[in-house]
Parts: sequence; C-alpha cells; structure tokens
Amino acid sequence: MSAMAEERRQKHCSVVLPTESMKAMAESVGVGQLQEDSCVALSEEVSYRIKEIAQDALKFMHHGKRRKLTTSDIDNALKLKNVEPLYGFQSQEFIPFRFASGGGRELHFYEEKEVDLSDIINTPLPRVPLDVSLKAHWLSIEGMQPAIPENPPPATKEQQKVESTEPLKVVKPGQEEEGTIQGKGQGTTTPDGKGQCLGLIRLKPRSTHELSVEQQLYYKEITEACVGSCEAKRAEALQSIATDPGLYQMLPRFSTFISEGVRVNVVQNNLALLIYLMRMVKALMDNPTLYLEKYLHELIPAVVTCIVSKQLCLRPDVDNHWALRDFAARLMAQSCKTFSTTTNNIQSRITKTFTKSWLDDKTQWTTRYGCIAGLAELGPDVIKTLIIPRLAIEGARIKAVMEGPVISNIDKIGAEHVQSLLLLSPKYPIPYHHLFI
Amino acid sequence: MAAVQGGMSDADIETDIKTEPSTDGFGNNNANDGRVLSASPGSGSSTGSNKQTAAVTPEDQQTLLAVLQFLKKNKLIESVEILRREAGLPENSLDPKATESAGAGSGGAAGIVDLEGGDVSSLLSRVTGSSSAGAQAPTKAVAEDQPDVRVVLSAYSQQGDPTLYEVYYSDLKKFIETVLDCHRAELSQVFYPLFVHMYLELVYNNHESEAKAFFEKFSGDQECYYEEDLRVLSGLTKKEHMRGNETLLDFRTSKFVLRISRDSYQLLKRHLQERQNNQIWNIIQEHLYIDIFDGMPRSKSQIDAMSGSLAGEAKREANKTKVYYGLLKEPEIELPLDDEDEEAENEEGKPKKKKPKKDSMGSKSKKQDPNAPSQNRIPLPELKDSDKLDKIMYMKEATKRIRLGSDNLPSVCFYTFLNAYQGLTAVDFTDDSSLIAGGFADSTVRVWSVTPKKLRKVKSAADLNLIDKESDDVLERIMDEKTASESKIMYGHSGPVYGISFSPDRNYLLSSSEDGTVRLWSLLTFTCLVAYKGHNYPVWDTQFSPYGYYFVSGGHDRVARLWATDHYQPLRIFSGHLADITCTRFHPNSNYVATGSSDRTIRVWDVLSGNCVRIFTGHKGPIHSLAFSPNGKFLASGATDGRVLLWDIGHGLMMGELKGHTDTIYSLRFSRDGEILASGSMDNTVRLWDVMKAFDDLETDDFTAATGHIHLQDNSQELLLGTYTTKSTPVIHLHFTRRNLLLAAGAFNP
Repeated sequence: MSAMAEERRQKHCSVVLPTESMKAMAESVGVGQLQEDSCVALSEEVSYRIKEIAQDALKFMHHGKRRKLTTSDIDNALKLKNVEPLYGFQSQEFIPFRFASGGGRELHFYEEKEVDLSDIINTPLPRVPLDVSLKAHWLSIEGMQPAIPENPPPATKEQQKVESTEPLKVVKPGQEEEGTIQGKGQGTTTPDGKGQCLGLIRLKPRSTHELSVEQQLYYKEITEACVGSCEAKRAEALQSIATDPGLYQMLPRFSTFISEGVRVNVVQNNLALLIYLMRMVKALMDNPTLYLEKYLHELIPAVVTCIVSKQLCLRPDVDNHWALRDFAARLMAQSCKTFSTTTNNIQSRITKTFTKSWLDDKTQWTTRYGCIAGLAELGPDVIKTLIIPRLAIEGARIKAVMEGPVISNIDKIGAEHVQSLLLLSPKYPIPYHHLFI
Repeated sequence: MAAVQGGMSDADIETDIKTEPSTDGFGNNNANDGRVLSASPGSGSSTGSNKQTAAVTPEDQQTLLAVLQFLKKNKLIESVEILRREAGLPENSLDPKATESAGAGSGGAAGIVDLEGGDVSSLLSRVTGSSSAGAQAPTKAVAEDQPDVRVVLSAYSQQGDPTLYEVYYSDLKKFIETVLDCHRAELSQVFYPLFVHMYLELVYNNHESEAKAFFEKFSGDQECYYEEDLRVLSGLTKKEHMRGNETLLDFRTSKFVLRISRDSYQLLKRHLQERQNNQIWNIIQEHLYIDIFDGMPRSKSQIDAMSGSLAGEAKREANKTKVYYGLLKEPEIELPLDDEDEEAENEEGKPKKKKPKKDSMGSKSKKQDPNAPSQNRIPLPELKDSDKLDKIMYMKEATKRIRLGSDNLPSVCFYTFLNAYQGLTAVDFTDDSSLIAGGFADSTVRVWSVTPKKLRKVKSAADLNLIDKESDDVLERIMDEKTASESKIMYGHSGPVYGISFSPDRNYLLSSSEDGTVRLWSLLTFTCLVAYKGHNYPVWDTQFSPYGYYFVSGGHDRVARLWATDHYQPLRIFSGHLADITCTRFHPNSNYVATGSSDRTIRVWDVLSGNCVRIFTGHKGPIHSLAFSPNGKFLASGATDGRVLLWDIGHGLMMGELKGHTDTIYSLRFSRDGEILASGSMDNTVRLWDVMKAFDDLETDDFTAATGHIHLQDNSQELLLGTYTTKSTPVIHLHFTRRNLLLAAGAFNP
C-alpha cells in the first residue's frame, strides 16, 4: 500500500487496480465469470476506497510519530470507517506478501503455512523483549554539543570530506552557530544587518586547533596506553580509536604522533613500538567516522617504512620483524583499496615504489621481502603482472644465496623468508616450478 | 473548587449543529443536543447569552429556522422545543415552506455584488452536508439522509457543455497571465478553487473522461502546497465517490475565502462579463467568498505567506474580535525566606523580599494589564495550600533562572526512550520537571520519576484507617513504601495514546487515545478515575488548563471540547475546523484555547463564549504543534511542512516564518522568559530560534496592522541560534525547566 502512495505522488492521475485482480478475488470467493463491466466498476470503486483508507492510515502514522506506515495504521483507518480490521497482519517490519505467476497470470498472496502445534509448544520461548527505559544525556551544553557516544559524531565523514576538499563551502553544525555568535560580537561595531550581509561572503573558517581539556586528557591517555606496556589497556585504547565517533578533531595529532613515532623508532630499531604504532594506524582506518584522506601524506610513508626498511629491530636474525612487514603490507593494501582514486593514484605509485626497489640488485633481502609482501597483498592482478614474471629470476637469486658460499647469516635468513613468502602466496595460482628451474 | 456553570451562549447554536452529526450516530446526537442547549437556561446570569438572544438579527433568525427544520426532520422534537423556546420564536415559525422559500429566495437572489447572499441556503447545505459525513457510520439514518446529500451536490447540476470547461479555464488563464504584474499574483489565487469546483462539477455530471482530461491538463498549474488536496481529488472520479467524502463536502460547504484588492477584482469581473463566461462567474458567485479590500494589490510572496489552507484565507472580520491576551494577576503570596537561602544568595534575596511586599501593598494602585481579562472572566479553582507551596517553590526557582539570549543559549538535556519499538506516541513533563509521562501505541501510559524521589501509591483503605490522622506527617504516612518504584504503568485505554498532559498540581494525568476517550488518572493511586467519552473518534490531543480543573481535547471528529474534571460531559464544544484537530493548547490565562488542524488553519477560541476569535492561515500542511509565549501575546505553530510560524494574537497577524526543519515539527516551546523558541522535529533535530529578534524586527519595519498585509523577511538563518542533531531520535516533546534548562524527549529509532 505504501508503494501505491509512492506511485500517486509521482503522478496525480488516478492509479486503478487491474481488472484481473478483481477477477482473481472474485474467483477466490467463488464467483466465476465476472462480467468485464463489473470488473471495471469494481476495480475503480475498490481503488478509490483503498486510497481513502490509505489517506486515513497516514494520519495515524503522523500521530504515531513514525515515518513508516504499519499494518496497525491500516487497521485503525478501517476502524474509522466502521470496517472490521484485518486480523493476522501484525508484522512490524514488512508485509508478508508473496508473488506467484503462472499461466499468464500474476498473483500476490499471503502465505499461510500450516504450523504444527506441537512444534510451537516444544520450541523454547524467545527472549522477552526489553522493557521501555529512560536514559538522559546532554544534547548540548550552553550551545555546544558535547562529543559523547549518545550524540551523533560532531562532523560526519561527508562533512569532513567537504571540509578537506572544498574548504570554502564548509558549514559545520557546530561552527555554523559559532559563526552567528561571532557575527553578534562584530555587531557591536557594525550594524547587525550589515554584519550579516558580509557574512554571506564565506571566508575560510579558522579551523580550531585547540583541543578542549577533556580532549587533551583523552589524547594523552590514549597515546600512552597505545605505546605503553599494559596489553589490556592498549586493547582498550585501540578499541576506542576504532569506534569513537568524535575523534576527527584529534586526527591531526594522532597522524603526527604516528609518523614521528615511526621515524624515531626506525632509527632506534624499536620493533615493539613500531608494531604498536601500526596497530594504531589500523584502528584509525577501522573507525567508520573518520575521513583519513587528509592525513595519508603522513600515514603512508610511515606504513611504507615499516614494510621496506632495511632494519627494523636490533637483532634481525632473531626478532620477527617479518610479521611487522606483513602486517604493514596488509595495512598498505587496505588503504590502497579504500583511498586510491584516479587523482591520487596511490596504488600505482606504491606499486611503482615497490617494484623499483625490488628490481634493484643491491636491495637488501629484508627490503626485498617487504616489497614482495607489499605487492603480494595488492591482489591477484598485481601478482599476475608483476610477481609471476619475476619468479624465475628471483628463484635464481635465492638459489645463489642458499647454495653459494655463506657470506652472511642475515642474507641467508632473508633469502629463506623471501622464498617461503613466494611459496606462501599460493592463495593465488603461482606455478611452483617457476621457483626452482 | 469553584462551580462552573454551563453557560453555552446561543450564538453557538450554529456551531453546535454543525458538529453534532459528525460526532457520532444519531442516537447520541439527541442526548448531546438537548443537553448543550438546555444548559443555557441554567446560566441566566451569564450576561453574554442574554444579550445575544435579544439581538437576533434577521439573518440569525433564518439560521435558526434552518436549524429547527433540520432537527425536526431528524425527529429531535425535544431539542426543537427547547431551541424554539430559547430563541423566542413563535410556534408557527416552523413552517417548512417559509424556510424553504427563504432559502430559495436568497439563493436565487445572489446578486453580483452582494456576496453575502445565499447564506441560508449555504447554511442549510452545510447542515445537511455534514450530516452525510456522519452517515458514513452505518446507521439507520443513511437512507433518510440521502435526499440531503442530493441537495448539497445538486448545486453542481447546473452545467454547461462539458467540453467547454477546458476552454473556459484556459481562457481565464490566458487573461490572468496577460494582466499587469501587480494584479496577476492576486488573480492567480482564483485558479485553485475554480479548478477544484470545475472538476467536481464535471465529475458530478458523469463526464468522467472530460474530468480526467481537465485534471491532467491543469493540475500541474496549481500551487505546490495544494498537492495533498489534489491527491485526494485525483482519486475521486465518480459521482458515487462524492457522497460521503469529507474533503469534498468541506470544500463545497465552506466558501473558499480569497482576499483581492478592489482593482484586481474589477478587472476580473469586467473580463468575465465581457466574455460572457458565466460558468466561471457562477462558481465565483456561489462557492467563493471574495474579501475585497481597498489599496495596493498584494505581492506574490505576501499571498503565498497567507494561503495554503483548505478553505483559503481567513476573512478579515474573523480576526477583529478583541482578545484579552494579557496574563491574569498572580495571587499575592508572601515569600517566606528561610535562612539557608538568605545566606546563599544575599544579593538576590533582598529584592525578592521586597517584591512580594510591593505587590501586596500596591495591588490596588498598580493597574491591571489593560489586555488581560478580568480575574473572574471564567471561574478558576481556588488555590489550595499545596498550590501555594508550589508557587513559592516556583518563585524561588525563578530567581535562579538563567537569562537566555542569542549569546546565552540553554543547555539541552535529552531523555531518550529506549526499547520503545516505535511505540512512543506522546510525552509530557510536569511543570517542575520532576515527572515524565509517556503514551504508547500499545495503549499504556507510563510515568517516570526523574528525581531520586520514587513514585509511591497511597495505602489501601484498610491500612489508611490505621493511620493517625492528626500527625504532622500524615501526607507522608499515607504513602505505601512498598510500592516505591521509578516508573509506573497504567492500563485502561484500548488504542494508541496520542495525547498526554499532567495537571499543574501533579496529582492527575490526562491521556487521550485512539479509542475515543480521554482518561483522567490519579497519580496518588495510579488508577483511572474518569473516562470522558464524547469524541467517539480518535482523540489526537488533550491538555490541562494552566490553572487546572479545565482541560481541552480535540480529535478526528473535527471538534475541540472543553471539559471540567468534575463534569462527565463537555462544557464547550468548539466547532469550525474542516478537518481533524491535531493539537490543542491553552492560553496562559486560561481564557482561550488554540487548536491546530489538518485543514492547515489555527483557530483561537474564547472559552467563555465558545466563539472562534482568531483564524490563522499560512501553513501548508497539517499543524502538529502549538505554543503560546509566556506573556500570552504570541503563538507559535509548527506543521508537517517543517516551518514554524509566529503569530501576534492581539492583532491577528503573522509575525514571522522560521524555516530550517526538514520534517514535521512535533514540539514547540518558549523559554520561561519568552526569549527563545525551541522546536523539535521528526528530522532528529532540536533548533533554537531568536524570537525576540523576530518580533522586534517586524515591529520596527513594516507593521501594517491595518491591512494585515505583512512583508515577511526571509531571515530564518539569522534567527536560528543552534541546531542539535540527535542520534536517530525524533524529538517529540520539549520543556523548559523553571531555571530555563531545556529538556527534550523522544524514542530512539534504530
């Protein structure tokens, strides 16, 4: 019935039920051979009455403060007309009509399944629905909306995007009213009306870089927990980063924190911290309310560093820096997938970077591993066009290290890992024989 | 409590009759009717009614005759007698021939300039028309009624060549498109009512295909705000459909009101006479009421601001009655100062102490607000001790009130109803913000305490006997501790609860429901005390008077009723809306009631006389919320069109338009000092508006009270102080606490 309402909105001219429906209904109550004229008359009458009922039902929807018309609205509308309501249509969500066709006729019907009573008796009772309860929160405090989970995120992803791509068009709900207040402030010098006229020429709003005290505290707590020693706290902090809707104001800080952190810790070969930082990147990327595009220039270099850096830890022969490279490679692939566009070309630029250093003969085994891992994560297409053709050459190179004179243990381990990586990628069809020719 | 006399004045007879058929079946009418009218003799002391009886104009007399005839036809002999006696009509005046000829005479004599003519016939048809609306209910009256319906519709039977309708209409269209710009906007108003009447004429005379073609050709030209009505109209393609269609009957029986300047009107008249376009001229004569004014023609925007209602604009006379919008004088209560307060707020304490004193001293010298009604214009209940205590609390709180303004916005506390499964239909807060009540689609009414004080029932009668009635804390002792809980559920309704309202003393709660009743609940025992029956159709809204005792209700039967809690039948019936009454509000001085309706008008009714004293048009959709400003001067209204309109009650003028919401506005509330208007909507936002600025701007600029043609500035964006979005929670109620904290409520709709 709601579909019908929709149709009518599109076009005023009356929509009438098809006469076949009348015939089908007549047949269903045992009246065969209905005259065509009667069908036409009936369908017009029925269509009209249905529309009347739908109009009344809409009233009930409006007073029920809902946007969705329910079956109970129709029942109430029928009651208004002193018609007995339709029993058995209690569905809240959808109207359980089924469609069937055959023999050139189409039919909508209400599926009435036969139900075995003992089945009903034997099934365990469903959980009792929760009772209505009341919960209070601050929607606004002296004109400012606090960023708490009960409130929607202060700026939606779209708004953040608009803000970063078209800074002159920005109208954020929070700033909008700040703007008017500022207008009032200026009103002391210029007449109010003029101030408002000037307001029409939108200047780029000064973005507020100051964080509130609460936000500063939060930032401190979160960053400390993320790189601290307590794993439980870290999990909690990462969870918060991944889900909290109000982080966008802190995003620049987090981004700088990560990129600086990586820069310092790569030099110091602090593997643990690098892993923690990468997990932060992962959490930020998981947060559905953040628009990260603006900060990729800081995040991507950090991630790439963790993939291809020559040395990531103090004891490359013992520590498992390979896992970090894998993890970062996956992050890289994820960001390529989500952020790569025709204008920023992230994926092709990253691919080029990886291939270039891989092709270089002097590249260390660790970097080589990173490059291959990074490429391998980018999907079957990349593997097919870039990795597979190189397999033979790479195989030869590995062979040379493995079978040749032992120059350095580290090289050997690196070669082993590259080999196993190339062997492991077989999520994708890699012809094994390429490796050992 | 003061006894209230049922002083229904005779002037209401007309309105009464109009309503009753639509209220219920005919069996009930009889009783209803007899009671309403016989209530008058009891109120002999009421000055108003006497005066009006004496001054029965000839026109009124004809009205009466028509009413009598109708009553007689429906065999309401008793009512006929009473009415006749009261109106002082001789017995033989009830000669049907006389009335009929009068009706026919004036109908036929509807002169070209005399637009007031044909009153009786239109009244008669109105009576019969609405009776057919009642006849939808399958009562035995149906058969009896049919001739009457024919009378109503037969006005459409005189017809020209159906194929020429399009020609006529396009001819007029061409003419209006070529007139001077200043007249075009005004004359364009004629299009919509003409279109509808011509279409209906075609349908009535069984020219189905012509009607369809006519509709398709010209429906696109109509103003967008008539979309809803056009949709109803488009469904109507057969003569049979017209019978029992309320929209149509409304349209037919109430003259569509247009305001046109004299120049424009002359232009139109000359054109139609030159062209011999009688078809259109007849429609204009019979179905339109053209309110001609002298002066500049109005601009398109001025017209658009006021049009949109089901029956055109309000006539200018409709808004001329004086309205006593001032506030009643507050009773003098000495404010006791306890030591704590004095210490805490030394500065505040002093003026506070003086103020009540000054009031009590100078109450005689201080002139009463000239716009306020006299203190006992309508009898109000006397203050109880507990009320006085509450007043003191109120005054104390008021001193701590935050002064709001554009640079000092209120904080908003949002109460979210969780797990309501789309079933929350109404919310109310008590004035002191200690309790919240919710009405639900599952017919329940729930009350929550939002303070640490839990809700307790009174002990059972047996236990109450054991209490020492002399003790000081007897009020505490009667409560049963065992029943203490944060919320209570009350069962009684048999349909969704659409309206809910606390009494000012917090002892009672009212709820109105789809089941046609208004129920009064005790908040001491948490049981139902009374079910007020009378509406018979869904009751969309109800509200207690700010002084308690009275309450108003309005619903699908298109009448609002005024009740007193100790009367099981209504004291007043406010009738005149052409469609469902969707919301009802009491004026702060309790002397007036405002109702909003699906016919897209707002009416203000005088509680004393039962008359409609204001009609506000301008909304383009059903009105779902109303709010009076605390000083009683202004009214704000919100509708499905997402706009808030501001009205000056005294002058009967539109004061402003606040655009911003994108969906139905379900709640409006002025802050306690009237500085800020808060609006809550289905679009999940609460918005704050600088209404002081809106009122100031208008008064200084274009205040043309004489004509009522205001220029509205499009300054909604400047007036919007804040927008606060909720997390998919429509805002269905707003309330300012006594300290000006804004409370909002709604159900989370995942």
